[in-house]
Amino acid sequence: MSIQAQFRLDYPGFALDVDLDLPGRGVTALFGQSGCGKTTLLRCIAGLEHGAGRLEVNGETWQEANSFLPTHRRPLGYVFQDARLFPHLDVGRNLDFGMRRATGAVPQGDTASHNSSRRASIIDLLGLGPLLDRLPEHLSGGEQQRVAIARALLTAPRLLLMDEPLASLDHTRKQEILPYLERLRDELEIPLIYVSHAAEEVARLADHIVVLEGGRAMAQGPLAETLARIDLPIKLGEDAGAVFAATVAERDAEWHLARVEFDGGELWVRDGGVPVGRRVRVRIMARDVSIANSRHDDVSIMNLLPATVIAHAGEDHPSAVLLQLRVGATPLLARLTRRSAQRLALAPGREVWVQIKAVALIG
Amino acid sequence: MLNPSDLAAIWLTLKLATVTTVLLLLIGTPIAWWLARTRSWWKGPVGAVVALPIVLPPTVIGFYLLLLMGPQGVVGRFTEWAGVGLLPFTFWGLVVASVFYSMPFVVQPIQNAFEALGERPLEAAATLRAAPLDAFFSVALPLARPGFITATILGFAHTVGEFGVVLMIGGNIPDKTRVVSVLIYDHVEALEYGQAHWLAGGMLVFSFLVLLTLYTLTGRKAR
Repeated sequence: MSIQAQFRLDYPGFALDVDLDLPGRGVTALFGQSGCGKTTLLRCIAGLEHGAGRLEVNGETWQEANSFLPTHRRPLGYVFQDARLFPHLDVGRNLDFGMRRATGAVPQGDTASHNSSRRASIIDLLGLGPLLDRLPEHLSGGEQQRVAIARALLTAPRLLLMDEPLASLDHTRKQEILPYLERLRDELEIPLIYVSHAAEEVARLADHIVVLEGGRAMAQGPLAETLARIDLPIKLGEDAGAVFAATVAERDAEWHLARVEFDGGELWVRDGGVPVGRRVRVRIMARDVSIANSRHDDVSIMNLLPATVIAHAGEDHPSAVLLQLRVGATPLLARLTRRSAQRLALAPGREVWVQIKAVALIG
Repeated sequence: MLNPSDLAAIWLTLKLATVTTVLLLLIGTPIAWWLARTRSWWKGPVGAVVALPIVLPPTVIGFYLLLLMGPQGVVGRFTEWAGVGLLPFTFWGLVVASVFYSMPFVVQPIQNAFEALGERPLEAAATLRAAPLDAFFSVALPLARPGFITATILGFAHTVGEFGVVLMIGGNIPDKTRVVSVLIYDHVEALEYGQAHWLAGGMLVFSFLVLLTLYTLTGRKAR
């Protein structure tokens, strides 16, 4: 189960040249600045752009040297940045447009009831019930995007592609849609390739990340591993940091704190109301991690964990170093001064204690 | 008042305009689609040929069509060979001439509508499993509807108003090629100003109503 994509496409002043092996499940983010080729790559996967190359999706060949499956024959769903609802059809008909074509014109019997229950559950998932009779021009940007997502899902795709679905929305609308996307990620059984230049969305949604620059893939791999690479620090917003999965294990009513467990230890975080047992994502910025050679219980910091130094690398400023550590199986980044690193003799393999000043739960 | 020959001319005019408009929508739509989307070198020349009737005197078009459709012309030889005889001075000769003469008034609004549409809705349709022809009928045509309304009205009205081409190709045969514009000319020649007034006034009112409808419809769309 995987997606193999090799594409070469030359435009004046820009060339896309990638060879990717993406997981056949979960969310893969194509991440990079505008102009890095991420949308072009997504369009190649959809067949909207015809680059030279090869594409295989979970065992099916969509493109080879001499064959090219046209877009309308690829079982995919595509969510455009600008929604692209059909203005002459109301929301219900927009939803049915792809569903009718993908699942047969006149479904009968079991198929029909399966389709209509599927339609109802997707309408429910994206909260579209009250909008069905409206025309797209009477919808807000966020509502249009939700309709576009539902419309793509209703074609029962085997691969879902999203091109910066939140980029044209303001902050409030983004926050309105992100929870839907998170639910989708958790309930979806097909791979989702998500193009974004926004670190926050990637950190919240992606399981796997491809970092693109100038039409080439600089790095690709599981999110936690890739973000924690220090040879090419990928900034989460303005700073480097680690993101990994954890589970809420306990909520302490007296101190309003929650304990989350991850692969390698546990952390105390501010209780944000997430119920016990729920999977969450934890983000720890490199600047919020400091190092000690022994355990200190006489500090205000709650989260003290034993860790192993894996590697270190220089930073933009000659005074700083970025340290890669591992807490159990989980990678972590820490930024400290070069002088401290030398004073503590932080060479690879050394056992230390990390003191984590701030932990954020991000969806 | 209108006499039977006036009524016959009005009926013939409406028939000619209707047949011409229907044919033009059928022929003009694929031409407009191609012109709107091609990147071929031929776009310029084809577009220019389609637009020629806007600038040429109708007599020039009529003259060449007459030669083409006459016994020595390519089209004339073909129609004789096909057993339908010669087209000049027949109703169908007028239809052929009108199709050329009114072509730009139908093709250009449709072409503009298709160009304004762009690739985006068609790409969306393709990702929703619509094959190209399906996407054309289910997305492009409905979205280009204002262009088709304009094209229909202009094509019809422009055919009703033609004179020079009719005179060259059709002559002035009652019930066959004598349309309203020619009959007005006849009435004036014969100093029958009263009859001429009825027809000319009718044309004036008709044209005004057509344009009023057009501007009301397109004006509402723009809002």
